[in-house]
Amino acid sequence: MSEPALLRTPLYEEHVRLGARMVPFAGWEMPLQYRGIIEEHMAVRKAAGMFDVSHMGRFEVRGPEAAAGLRRLCTYAVDRLAPGQGHYAFLCNEGGGILDDIYVFRLDRDRFLVVANAANAGKVRRWLEAHLPPGAGLIDRHRSTTMVAVQGPQAVAICSAALALSLGDLPRRGCMETAWAEGTLFASRTGYTGEDGVELVVEAEAGPALWRRLLAAGVVACGLGARDTLRLEAALPLYGQDIDEGVNPFELGLAFAVSLDDGAPFIGREALLRVREQGPQRLLACLRATERGIMRAGYPIYRGQDEVGKVTSGGYSPSLGTSIGMGFLPPPLAQPGTALTVGVRGRPLPVQVVPRPFYRPPRP
Amino acid sequence: MPSPKDLRYTKEHEWVRVEDGTGTVGITDYAQDQLGDIVYVKLPEIGTTVKQMETFGEIESVKAVSDLYSPVSGEVVEVNAELEERPELVNLDPYGRGWMIRVRLSDPSELERLMTADEYDAYVAEEAQA
Repeated sequence: MSEPALLRTPLYEEHVRLGARMVPFAGWEMPLQYRGIIEEHMAVRKAAGMFDVSHMGRFEVRGPEAAAGLRRLCTYAVDRLAPGQGHYAFLCNEGGGILDDIYVFRLDRDRFLVVANAANAGKVRRWLEAHLPPGAGLIDRHRSTTMVAVQGPQAVAICSAALALSLGDLPRRGCMETAWAEGTLFASRTGYTGEDGVELVVEAEAGPALWRRLLAAGVVACGLGARDTLRLEAALPLYGQDIDEGVNPFELGLAFAVSLDDGAPFIGREALLRVREQGPQRLLACLRATERGIMRAGYPIYRGQDEVGKVTSGGYSPSLGTSIGMGFLPPPLAQPGTALTVGVRGRPLPVQVVPRPFYRPPRP
Repeated sequence: MPSPKDLRYTKEHEWVRVEDGTGTVGITDYAQDQLGDIVYVKLPEIGTTVKQMETFGEIESVKAVSDLYSPVSGEVVEVNAELEERPELVNLDPYGRGWMIRVRLSDPSELERLMTADEYDAYVAEEAQA
């Protein structure tokens, strides 16, 4: 039986050279870890780490109808972003179910960059192609560019010095395009770890040079393992685990990415208006174990003897030294303080609903 | 690196070192490397009876949970309580301070069903290629 060939990012050789353990992920051969998940996790929390995120979908949408066309597909009012601003948003179906959670950056008046989950890149491309108006062209940048996320309290300073750029001027969620030693570079003050940092996009061939510069500047290479523990501590949901087409943004508690009050129509708006009016039927709650044991995705959540939900993401929190997880619960049970148990291979693990996020970086 | 010669091994990557009728049990260097950072080890109570190739506990790495299989049958006479606070000892010293349980063997002839170090190394080399 032969499996379909895995795709490799422009940084594949760099990962192998660093001794990464490579694993299949969403059709790509990606580094799971280099030195160890906990070591990489702590590098991001204490200093700076970087992730090859070239597997994520990148689409440029350009043309006089780009802003209006994207507004009709995104839950967030991306047409109101000023050039140099970005925002998190959802692509929803008519029922308000999430097709993908994305980041949208406005590069200039008629040019946007859409960043999609790797597993959904094909779906997002087809959705955009099917629904964007003629005045909004789609350019797939997935294979022609490299994307690296540099995260941690020292990430911005180290990147600025290593690349001779003033990335510290970027506001949160801000973005810019600039020239650097190897060509053109896109930078945004965003990430998926709960830390300050930047996400960088350069031409595919310039990827290794960017990676090596950052490595030489002391940024620690981090794999998908640490990416998952970091995003879980930040209580950031992951498509395919916490999100699918049966989930709506209000159930995730992410109303900040839904603009219903500008009156502008978008696919899914009517359904989401109803959800907002009636209130979500369930909420993604943060669970923290109060005893030893590890909750993982798929484990049942109980209140007394009654199963009230399932863990959608779970694991060990290196920063807290205990197990954490997320799962959908009926709204009354999703309130912080609720005591529940998770069935860990037949044994009850006591957990408590806690406020989001699990971990917040100390103020500088 | 070759596995220690004085131990016997299971296909599930546990080892046992027998001294005076008591077997000390842990997991191999290969196993800890494959699992990655170990964050929790669930061990049985002292006095529990374990059976050869039946589960005696669980080991959780950041990535996943795995069962632990006893290489030998007998009564658990000691457990490594240090792992409760420092599960990473399994990563750092799998054949030493990362040991898990000590079992008073009920049937020493069972040892013949386990692999020698050479056999285990060949088995791992094969598994790594598969």
